[in-house]
Amino acid sequence: MPVAQARPPAPNDDKRWRIVETRMRRLGNRPDALIEALHAAQEAFGSIDEDALRYIGDSLSVPPSTVFGVATFYHYFTLEPRGEHTCVVCTGTACYINGALEVLASIRTALDVIPDETTADGKLSLLIGRCFGSCSLAPAAIVDGDVQARVDAGDLVRQLQAL
Amino acid sequence: MTELPAATSRLEPSTGRPVEGLAPAGPIRASAYVCEAVSCLSMASHDILTGLVEVAGTTMTDVAVKRVGCLGLCAAGPLVRIPETGELFSHVRPDALQPIVEALGAVTPAAVRVPESVFFDRQVRIATEHSGRIDPESVEDYVEADGYAALRRVLTTMTPAEVRDEITKSGLRGRGGAGYPTGLKWNTVAKATGSGKYVICNADEGDPGAFMDRTILESDPHQVLEGMAIAAYAVGASYGYVYCRGEYPLVVSRTRKAIRDATQADCLGTTIMDTEFTFEVDVRLGAGAYVCGEETALIASIEGGRGTPTARPPYPAVSGLWGQPTLINNVETFANVPPIIRKGGDWFASIGTAKSKGTKVFALAGRVANTGLVEVPMGTTLREIVFDIGGGIVDGHVFKAVQTGGPAGGCIPAEFLDMGVDYESLMEAGSFMGSGGMIVMDETSCMVNVARFFMDFMREESCGKCVPCRVGTTQLWMMLDAIASGQAQVGDIERMERLATMVQRTSLCGLGQGAPNPVFSTLRYFRDEYLAHIVDRVCPAGVCTMEATVLA
Repeated sequence: MPVAQARPPAPNDDKRWRIVETRMRRLGNRPDALIEALHAAQEAFGSIDEDALRYIGDSLSVPPSTVFGVATFYHYFTLEPRGEHTCVVCTGTACYINGALEVLASIRTALDVIPDETTADGKLSLLIGRCFGSCSLAPAAIVDGDVQARVDAGDLVRQLQAL
Repeated sequence: MTELPAATSRLEPSTGRPVEGLAPAGPIRASAYVCEAVSCLSMASHDILTGLVEVAGTTMTDVAVKRVGCLGLCAAGPLVRIPETGELFSHVRPDALQPIVEALGAVTPAAVRVPESVFFDRQVRIATEHSGRIDPESVEDYVEADGYAALRRVLTTMTPAEVRDEITKSGLRGRGGAGYPTGLKWNTVAKATGSGKYVICNADEGDPGAFMDRTILESDPHQVLEGMAIAAYAVGASYGYVYCRGEYPLVVSRTRKAIRDATQADCLGTTIMDTEFTFEVDVRLGAGAYVCGEETALIASIEGGRGTPTARPPYPAVSGLWGQPTLINNVETFANVPPIIRKGGDWFASIGTAKSKGTKVFALAGRVANTGLVEVPMGTTLREIVFDIGGGIVDGHVFKAVQTGGPAGGCIPAEFLDMGVDYESLMEAGSFMGSGGMIVMDETSCMVNVARFFMDFMREESCGKCVPCRVGTTQLWMMLDAIASGQAQVGDIERMERLATMVQRTSLCGLGQGAPNPVFSTLRYFRDEYLAHIVDRVCPAGVCTMEATVLA
């Protein structure tokens, strides 16, 4: 007879774990809820740390190797904490031929940060987007969730420096 | 078209908005349709809606203000349309609404309609028939526009076999890229046996430069859900998933809301419309893996695992999600289903070319004036799409090529401009339909650089399961990089062609098999550019710096 396993406790008493727990429960705490749970954790905490990986794996009865494998397979998930602000520069085809690389180069020159890294003061994380479907606004960037249309490299750099 | 100064951009979240529109109690004399698809939303179109509601609500009693889906002409956004007269306001600013208010005030029942511009005039809208006309977040609006009528007809008057016959008769082919006949796919799933069947809508639109699926789901999610429900009835499924890109939050929230609303309206869920038919739908989020657009990888992802493909056969139609027969169609394919049921398979088959029926939605982007979403009959020429509807090349530049089919597609040069676009003609020209992204390039684009760009994409997105794709895409990228940085030797093109052929023939899934396509098509039409890089060490377009790449 299968023994009903007790649900593992959340890593700490941060209330945001409830968001993750609720999402997993809604899907019956089944192993296939793994990706949805990782989404929930990243939405709640901004990134997915080791505690979160273990907690999700234990809750869904998925081995740590699989949890880590899935979390690192998908580009959308990040295991490193982000900077205070994020700037995602789209490098999809339309943005690419409309000057996305010049935008990235200007940011690198002015703020000394390369894609997937955070500035030394922890203020800004620079990321690359694989087309967010705003091709008619090319080149596009997302600064803290706000889509910036037809980006001018100089304007964007000034905006980022002012953050 | 009324031209107003450019707006500053700001993205409003789609949920928790206090103002959703304005509906007068009495008869409506005039209405303002404000585009709230993502492109216009990011240019503060929600502030425009709020502003119009405020002004119109206080000064006029017979004016409606409505949130609608994409109007298509994204390049000129934010857009506001007055449907009674056909007037379209472009580049609207939230602080300069007076011209719209005046136009609303001037609308009379006898008002003369403004003739449609060529951008709209040449289009035939089937999959996007409601886009820009109804409120995407209102099931009532959809029902009023004949929504769920096709599902009702199917459930009350047709057998599943009759539904499949109607789809087969229509000649509809998969709009995700490969063009597999939809009726044939539905028949295979219907014949397969299992303890439960599934219907999956593939909304993992990963091709850079493609935004058709996003726009359809943002503008008219119910039409896709209705198509899925009809498909489920036709193949005998009772559960479905919309597998959606995690990068599209507005699509996710609108689709989730549509599922809730449709379930409440008895158009989804259990015992739909007082029949025995049950169909429940849930949304699953992708997480930024291009390979998950491939059917077997998509299924692995819904099951919660790494999105790696498996060998076919068995095809998902026989053994898919949880080992059960699974029907997977693209967003646009499902969006075509309700109109086919409403108007008949013969009607649909009368549009298009001999082997490609109906219309195709294209996302027009790149160096073209009217970037945005267009839907044209199959067989429309590239020239009509790029120069008539698209308004030609920007800034007086010269057309060089149009790239279709995403990173596994190809670049089509000017000599094919008068070719009618359908599945077969694109294949003959060395590209393919893909999901419908069309990126226009002018003489400032270097084709070697473009090929390197796509190979860079493919090498990053290769899932790593099979060797030809994992190693081959990286090697091909290194060869292209050497050419683009002036480090290549004579004979490298031939080496690259041999390797590309090997990758194409031996990769496990469509990603690896399609990865060499940009190399083949650019070599076929722009070989002289490659030679200029190798022999003369110059980039004719002046894009490549011809210096060795320093790996960071």
